[in-house]
Amino acid sequence: MNYSNLFRIAIRALIRNKLRAFLTMLGIIIGVASVIAMLAIGEGSKVNITKEMSSMGTNMVMIMPNMQRRGGVSLGASSSMALKYTDVEAIRSEAASVASVSPEVRASGQVIFSNQNTQTTIYGVSEEYLSIRKLEIESGRIFNSSELKGMAKVCILGQTVVENLFGAGANPVGLTIRVKNLPFLIIGILKDKGESGMGQDQDDLILAPYTTVQRRLAAIDYINGIYASAISEDKSADAITEVKEILRRTHKIKESQEDDFRVMSQSELIATVSSITDILTILLGAIAGISLLVGGIGIMNIMFVSVTERTREIGLRMSIGGRGTDILKQFLVESILLSILGGALGVVFGYLIAKGAGSLMDIPPVIKVQTVVLAFTVCFAIGVFFGWYPARKAANLNPIDALRYE
Amino acid sequence: MKNTIIEIKSLRKDYHVGEVTVHALRGVDLKIEDGEFVAIMGVSGSGKSTMLNILGCLDKPSHGEYFLDGVDINSLNRDALAKLRNKKLGFVFQSYNLLARTTALENVELPLFYNSKVRSKERKERAVNALEAVGLADRMHHMPNQLSGGQQQRVAIARSLVNDPVLILADEPTGNLDTRTSFEIMELFQSLNDKGRTIVYVTHEPDIARFATRNVIFRDGKIQRENMVNDRLFATEMLKSLPVEVYDEIES
Repeated sequence: MNYSNLFRIAIRALIRNKLRAFLTMLGIIIGVASVIAMLAIGEGSKVNITKEMSSMGTNMVMIMPNMQRRGGVSLGASSSMALKYTDVEAIRSEAASVASVSPEVRASGQVIFSNQNTQTTIYGVSEEYLSIRKLEIESGRIFNSSELKGMAKVCILGQTVVENLFGAGANPVGLTIRVKNLPFLIIGILKDKGESGMGQDQDDLILAPYTTVQRRLAAIDYINGIYASAISEDKSADAITEVKEILRRTHKIKESQEDDFRVMSQSELIATVSSITDILTILLGAIAGISLLVGGIGIMNIMFVSVTERTREIGLRMSIGGRGTDILKQFLVESILLSILGGALGVVFGYLIAKGAGSLMDIPPVIKVQTVVLAFTVCFAIGVFFGWYPARKAANLNPIDALRYE
Repeated sequence: MKNTIIEIKSLRKDYHVGEVTVHALRGVDLKIEDGEFVAIMGVSGSGKSTMLNILGCLDKPSHGEYFLDGVDINSLNRDALAKLRNKKLGFVFQSYNLLARTTALENVELPLFYNSKVRSKERKERAVNALEAVGLADRMHHMPNQLSGGQQQRVAIARSLVNDPVLILADEPTGNLDTRTSFEIMELFQSLNDKGRTIVYVTHEPDIARFATRNVIFRDGKIQRENMVNDRLFATEMLKSLPVEVYDEIES
């Protein structure tokens, strides 16, 4: 018996029991759909996050004070006072792979304008900060070097702050707000940047000269971090090495001692995040895969029923010349067809689920061809694996007994 | 000289049921020539069903020899036996054994599906011819449940003819049918036999056995008696002698 005939017999057998075939396939459909949906959303969010993070500048290098320990007691990352403005100057003058560098001093507090107020973070930075973090001025200007030196009380607002204090779309350049009771002149507004890949609002910030924030708001002599940009993305690894060398030297850290700072590049972070989402995706896919297994068992179950039901047919087919292998093939084709069909419907449903869920979560799902191919391969394998035993049972029937079966 | 279709020499068949060995056939010698029309009879447990299974190459003898159309059955494995059945045998069963929800034509085609040498066009042609031969040319696309018992048995006979077998084996072919339909089926068998078909059938009804040319009577696993039928019945005449029944006309 050739395959096109086997195929026809199988299709007819399935059509004969449409509902049963559908219910059997449901296991596979749900399994494949969930695998496809999980992987699509996982992949989609990975693409999303890496894209967002890349938009922050793939050549960005961040330097943070390292967790300080005193006698084994962690004092927390922000308590560290390891970084000083001199480090910024050292990096600027010595690191060949670093294009620009800016300190960051953070202070959080209440910001007031007339009867409106909001809680936000004030970032004390230098003018290079904007280009490093890919921030752009929408209107107004960035502070100049004399304002930096003179600890001028000027600031640039992010869109969220503008919205909270003045309402959406307002242009408050030239007005004065009070930050922790100090008056700050608004000299510029940043362009809308949206949420970061980590779900952080990148517009809820105020930029001010680092000198002003350091002395007048935070009253500290250290800085919280250094942001630098490498000449290019390829050079960010070199930049990290250079920064590390410079800081170890200026901080007088001995060979045996740990760094009192951490250097990360954005591209490293992207790699870390995407590997985390990869692991998550695999995990979710694996959980969804279990339902595929359950679906396969459903197929095996229904194939046993099918074999039992058609015992007499098997006996007849054998008596008129069907060999064991013919019978085996007939039932294998049927179970493979069941699982492949289920797989196809599963891919369609999975895509729809991914689209629906993706639009709710604002993640455009990404369905890779490999995923679909894998789904079909797995379905084929399930059809063979779970169809084999029932088909084998059918093929090994004794034609005499099968013909007499009631 | 006529060909010998079946040649059986001191054939024995034992079944092992647990510790007990059942001797279903205890030494059978049988010869059936080409063109014969043989009825196998016997009470239940006489070994006639076992005999039919072995004749149909569905089972192999424990001892002894069986040549079907010159082929030694003992030398063949499971797959080779299947191939032999496909080429040389036609089966007719008491309960027809047609595939449900499959047209008469496709049911008849079925044996040819297992013969890779027959192309689909030839397969269809031969099935149509076989259905015409049993007088069901107008029922080709009917499903079994749209056919009467007699018509279903005719489809089954067409199916047994389609591969042009050397031997047709029928197991109680009239067992599920009323008298008139039984006669019609026997009429069909007799006309096929007239055209040269070798037919062997099992029956427990002495009247039905009288349509054959030779009777073989089994008892306790042996052939008790073997005789040519002297007072042979002819189904065509028998049908004429039956009173015309009104519901028959309604049915058809």
